[in-house]
Amino acid sequence: MNDLRDLYQEMILDHSKRPRNFGKLEGANHEASGYNPLCGDRFTVHIKVDDDIIREIRFEGSGCAISTASASLMTEGSKGKTLAEAETLFEKFHKLITGDAAEPQNAEALGKLLVFSGVKEFPVRVKCATLPWHTLKAALHDGHKVVSTE
Amino acid sequence: MVTSESTSKVRPSGEGKAVLPLDIARIREDFPILKMKVHDKPLVYLDNAATTQKPQRVLDALNRFYTRECANIHRGLHYLSDQATVDYEHARTRVQRFLGAAESSEIIFVRGTTEAINLVAHSFGRKFVGPGDEIITTVMEHHSNIVPWQMLCEEKGAKLRVVPINDAGELILDEFEKLLNPKTRLVAVAHISNALGTVNPVRRMIEMAHARNIPVLIDGAQAVAHTKIDVQELDCDFYCFSGHKIYGPTGIGVLYGKAQWLEQIPPYQGGGDMIISVTFEKTTYNCPPHKFEAGTPHIAGGIGLGAAIEYIDNLGLDHVAAHEHDLLEYATRRISAIPGVRIIGNAQKKSGTLSFYLEDVHPHDIGTILDRDGVAIRAGHHCAMPVMDRFGIPATARASFACYNTREEVDALVRGVDKVREIFAR
Ligand SMILES: Cc1ncc(COP(=O)(O)O)c(C=O)c1O
Repeated sequence: MNDLRDLYQEMILDHSKRPRNFGKLEGANHEASGYNPLCGDRFTVHIKVDDDIIREIRFEGSGCAISTASASLMTEGSKGKTLAEAETLFEKFHKLITGDAAEPQNAEALGKLLVFSGVKEFPVRVKCATLPWHTLKAALHDGHKVVSTE
Repeated sequence: MVTSESTSKVRPSGEGKAVLPLDIARIREDFPILKMKVHDKPLVYLDNAATTQKPQRVLDALNRFYTRECANIHRGLHYLSDQATVDYEHARTRVQRFLGAAESSEIIFVRGTTEAINLVAHSFGRKFVGPGDEIITTVMEHHSNIVPWQMLCEEKGAKLRVVPINDAGELILDEFEKLLNPKTRLVAVAHISNALGTVNPVRRMIEMAHARNIPVLIDGAQAVAHTKIDVQELDCDFYCFSGHKIYGPTGIGVLYGKAQWLEQIPPYQGGGDMIISVTFEKTTYNCPPHKFEAGTPHIAGGIGLGAAIEYIDNLGLDHVAAHEHDLLEYATRRISAIPGVRIIGNAQKKSGTLSFYLEDVHPHDIGTILDRDGVAIRAGHHCAMPVMDRFGIPATARASFACYNTREEVDALVRGVDKVREIFAR
């Protein structure tokens, strides 16, 4: 039961039930859709980038608790960041959830995203947590695109 | 003979001891994997619609083939090749009797249901489907009974028509009747739905189609392990199933086709075994079933499938069906008593498959939490996205039963779902 509690932490359940920054974004200049054909999770990320900085970011779609919470916390964590900072954050996040996060300085950079550390015990759920981030990356790079985890 | 055994009163169990009617504890002994622990909990395997576990008898058959008679078939003049050919063809005869087919040449070995359907789409489609023609399928089909027809229709300029379902998950036969017309070339329908458990009235649908001279393909992937099939009684034109869903190996399956069709339609793939003679001027094709079995087949798989059919014939499909029905009723009662649960698929006639949705919890999260208790279910769209759309949900959690499951395992499932609610209530 303990690793389940570690996975489904209160903050994750809270963000999955009440996702932040959920909905369309007026004046978005980057967006992409992400899809996990295995489970049907589907998200669209809308971003307003100005001066290389993520000024606004919102998302739509549906998925499991892990992917929804990840999308929600991603919007909180990446807002105000430069594009390069956002990508670095994703790299650190990815290391965290695949159990590849030895460096202590990661903890500070990740902030709230640390609640996802339990995912490393559930390798099949890594894709759920990374889907919103892959979508974000696709949006920043290509503007309009559908990405898939497969 | 296998068939007479399966209708006698006292049945020998899988390994030869008498059971009346089914001794589940004994049956469980036949399946080595059921002794496994998963996350330190006894495995509770409730994902039988995806694939069933294999009894020792099937594992032994595979092992025996590779250790004692491994050779290619239909070509060597030596002892081993002869032995392998006899066993492979013996398996074909077993399948023939199991399905009630008139001739063993109506049994084609393929990779599985998917390949069986693709074979018909390809060979029947090439000969009999043209621009403006129509194929009928249903909204509850597995993708393998949708996509091959879409591909065919696209290639031929034909049209795919879809039979709708009601809220209980039953096909609407009046709508089916309306879709049948002089342009219809084929009806392709599942015997039992993998996502909903609905048992479709295929006998009646075949009658309706045949009244207009339209042939019917039945996707029996979810049916053969759970209900007695008699293709002559059904009068279907094609019947498809996968070995791995009936206690047999993966990579082997069956297409039954009425002789008259197998004579008429062109081969599927070209290669060895499917020819009588080859010259660069003219090649003469072999007769069915070999005409449709190009190349070296899954010999061990065919033999393993034969052993699997022998196993379930010995249990008696009627007994298995009654046991699974008991589990379905029990599980339906217990699961639907859980607050927030919605059962997806409430057909009058259902097979041992229970799809459900828990309010505010994605099925994947249910799957993960159950897995930690050793309970294996399927969570997802079950390769049947159109029917998920029909019910307005992205996915379901699905428990599906086999001969070796018990009420105690259903209890474990229920405890798991209670735990899901507990975790998500925070
Ligand atoms: C109704 C139905 N049809 C077809 C298939 C495809 O079977 P296979 O993957 O063995 O070819 C399945 C398997 O899930 C099924 O349930």
